[in-house]
Amino acid sequence: MSEHATDLDGPDLEWDCYCSEHPIVIRGLTNRFGDFAVHEDLDLDVRRGEILGVVGGSGTGKSVLMRSIIGLQFPDEGCITVFGKDITGAEPDEQIGVRNRWGVLFQGGALFSTLTVAENVQVPLKQYYPELSQKLLNEISRYKTVLTGLPEDACSKYPSELSGGMKKRAGLARALALDPELLFLDEPTAGLDPIGAAKFDELLRELTDTLGLTVFLITHDLDTLYAICDRIAVLADKKVVAVGTIPELLATDHPWIQEYFNGPRSRAAAQTHEAGKALDKQAAEGS
Amino acid sequence: MREWAEYSLEEREGRVTVSLTGPLTVSGIGRLDPALRGLDDAVQAVDIAGATHIDTVGAWIVHRFAEDKGAEITGASEAAQVLIHAVAQSASRAPITPPRGYVFGRVTESVGRKVFEMAGGIRRYIGFLGAIVVTFFGIIRHPSRFRVRALVRQMEMVGVNALPIIGLMSFLIGIVIAQQGAVQLQQFGAEAFTVNLVGRITLRELGVLMTAIMVAGRSGSAFAAQLGTMKLTEEVDAMRTIGVSPMEALIIPRILAAVLMMPLLGFYASVVAIIGGAVIGDAMLGIPFLTFLARVQEVVPTQDFWVGMIKAPVFGLIIALSGCYQGLQVRGNAEEVGSRTTMAVVQAIFLVIVLDAFFAVFFSSIGWI
Repeated sequence: MSEHATDLDGPDLEWDCYCSEHPIVIRGLTNRFGDFAVHEDLDLDVRRGEILGVVGGSGTGKSVLMRSIIGLQFPDEGCITVFGKDITGAEPDEQIGVRNRWGVLFQGGALFSTLTVAENVQVPLKQYYPELSQKLLNEISRYKTVLTGLPEDACSKYPSELSGGMKKRAGLARALALDPELLFLDEPTAGLDPIGAAKFDELLRELTDTLGLTVFLITHDLDTLYAICDRIAVLADKKVVAVGTIPELLATDHPWIQEYFNGPRSRAAAQTHEAGKALDKQAAEGS
Repeated sequence: MREWAEYSLEEREGRVTVSLTGPLTVSGIGRLDPALRGLDDAVQAVDIAGATHIDTVGAWIVHRFAEDKGAEITGASEAAQVLIHAVAQSASRAPITPPRGYVFGRVTESVGRKVFEMAGGIRRYIGFLGAIVVTFFGIIRHPSRFRVRALVRQMEMVGVNALPIIGLMSFLIGIVIAQQGAVQLQQFGAEAFTVNLVGRITLRELGVLMTAIMVAGRSGSAFAAQLGTMKLTEEVDAMRTIGVSPMEALIIPRILAAVLMMPLLGFYASVVAIIGGAVIGDAMLGIPFLTFLARVQEVVPTQDFWVGMIKAPVFGLIIALSGCYQGLQVRGNAEEVGSRTTMAVVQAIFLVIVLDAFFAVFFSSIGWI
């Protein structure tokens, strides 16, 4: 596919078809901060409808990768295609066509601190669909807030009145405001209690299945990886060293992957996952 | 070209049915929603078999409409059913902003609150000053706790870094005073007194006062914003838990830096203003530059210098106190940092001018005229 990276101008049916099945296509991405290269010649494809987990040690540039895809970080080299549009070379106006098709949840929630939760959810709606009436906006912001698992009285609260986990959920509500096709999540379960994290995972899987979302999920949470991710991309050595399901990753002999998935925490998460599956099976057979 | 969802009303098997067609998505329902709200007829069924797409917003509208009319939803695909079920579960009527009282009640309440806050604020402000004095004497008793590096760093930021802008400002002020003064004094042939005017007014009043205003704008605001941000990111709390006193580490260096640098900056500002006056004297009045400077020494009494130098550290204290106090009052969100910073600068400049008036009366009455 790499020959396409340099030639995206002409009509190319094969490439268009590939892009329609892969909302995000990254080729030869290089990001440098001064002399230090975070990414070098990085390739990654995200398939439509999947939850792609992105893992990597601290400082391997997971967040930088996400920022590159959503256009907050201008890459030094390479090209990033989102919904078939090259966003690295796109004018700001052109990108608008893509921006209302994705939602982003930042690590700390990044809620606008002077607006209530419901008003936060309304911001993207007002930006892209000014024709919607205030009544409808209020209704939408209410059900989105409740949909993400917040109590309904959270609608009228300001971000400073919310706990960390509630901020994440409110951030997710805002990310989902436009019913996007593509969702970027930066460590959504970090800092949540295990029950809250499990519920968040469940919610995410449910939303992904019902809304047909494609999710780019940065996480350190092994339970999340086992429970909801379809595929996992491993960032190491400035590249994506492997992409695949957990069994596929275990088959590779990259030392970091082996250490990551064979560590005590990972084995515990795997056991929990297996036990959960067995219970589900029993329940299904029993009924 | 954007597609819009539409509706049509018909009677099927004795039931009034609303058929929705087109994209039932957030981008497509802009016209459908007000139309459905305005529909007064009784409806027994909603048919969404003609919908090309559906997302949660479309599902919400279908659900709300069906519930309002007590109608049945038909023709829903499996995905649509899941979505409608999901939004129905999440329906809520909670207010989206905190409740607000009536205007009259709100105004009286906020005025009353301000009065009480002002009283409490004055008490806290004096308490803050007291805490600083206590910490200061504590440091004198245990000099090892004194943070020399922090002090030097703050002195650099408050003093050294302010030299160019204060120099430029004072030079221009000196020029303006000399030029305007000369024009007036020329009318009765007393332009030689321009030297007295420039020398005395800058050393006694304007040098220190203008410096104080500049320092309040530069450093008072910086103190408030820095401390406010540290408060927001819990840095101040982290310091306390480690056992570092924020008073010693953050406040005292800033207060001392302002108190020590203000007299130096004030004197520097006065000298530069006099030089500015001398330049005008040379150019407009025919008083040679060096003669102007020599004459300043003859006509300006030493007590004018002392008046400025006594006021300067007090102004510095007021500015740093306001900045640090407001910074530490920050709670909640980023907007608060901005409003507290504004308050710090306004408070500092106001107090400096009030105190300057008191000083003027005081020095006149003890005979330092």
